[in-house]
Amino acid sequence: MQYRFKIAGGDFSNAGTVASSVKKILRQLNIDHGVSKRIVIALYEAEVNVVAHAYSGIVEIDIDNEKLRVTITDQGPGIPDIPKAMEEGFSTASPQVREMGFGAGMGLSNIKRNCDILNITSEPGAGTNVEMITYLKPDAR
Amino acid sequence: MTIKEIAEKINGRVICGEEKLSEVIEFAFSSDLMSDVLKVDRENILLITGLANLQTIRTSEMSDINCIVFARNKKINSEILSLAEENGMVLIECPHSVFKISGELYNAGINPLY
Repeated sequence: MQYRFKIAGGDFSNAGTVASSVKKILRQLNIDHGVSKRIVIALYEAEVNVVAHAYSGIVEIDIDNEKLRVTITDQGPGIPDIPKAMEEGFSTASPQVREMGFGAGMGLSNIKRNCDILNITSEPGAGTNVEMITYLKPDAR
Repeated sequence: MTIKEIAEKINGRVICGEEKLSEVIEFAFSSDLMSDVLKVDRENILLITGLANLQTIRTSEMSDINCIVFARNKKINSEILSLAEENGMVLIECPHSVFKISGELYNAGINPLY
């Protein structure tokens, strides 16, 4: 099964609507609750990142019997130093993002903790691509 | 404690979710940083926060938190209210600080997470 969503950069009031929709889909598909929670938390953090930093983004969800793959492709400034961005506490967030309750440099580490495989590639000045894979059976990790 | 007892203890005003006041809560977490809330792996907790915006509700939705106390007299606007109602949450406004609410509820037997 495949799903596709759009994220508008800077649209703070809608940040989280994609994760919310995916949460409902996973409930309908009877995905294990703990697995579903990891997926939606990782997706929500990633969605907030796109809203906070990029101009726009596309979320593609691909579910098979074994795993769920989320691919988020954004058009934005990109990440010049990915290892640095992965460090807990490192943030380039604006005051507006901090007012939302984010921007403490924990997003990427929260994402990493909540998926089984994380791949991030980025072209500074063009955009970022995030792939998150989560196995659907809790013991498949 | 039931949510009703919690609201009374802290002098809080229940804004929505009155039908859930008899539900029991054992654990609470106080934070204005939503990424920290997203790290909590226990469900059915009470969130005590001074952050009153849509992301408080979205974060709670993702974390399966159904009851939120807004400290420091933060007011809930209609957008926040409607998203909370859609998710079946109890929202409580409270004039006290996060520190005071946390202390009162800790004394009353609500457990910390860490």
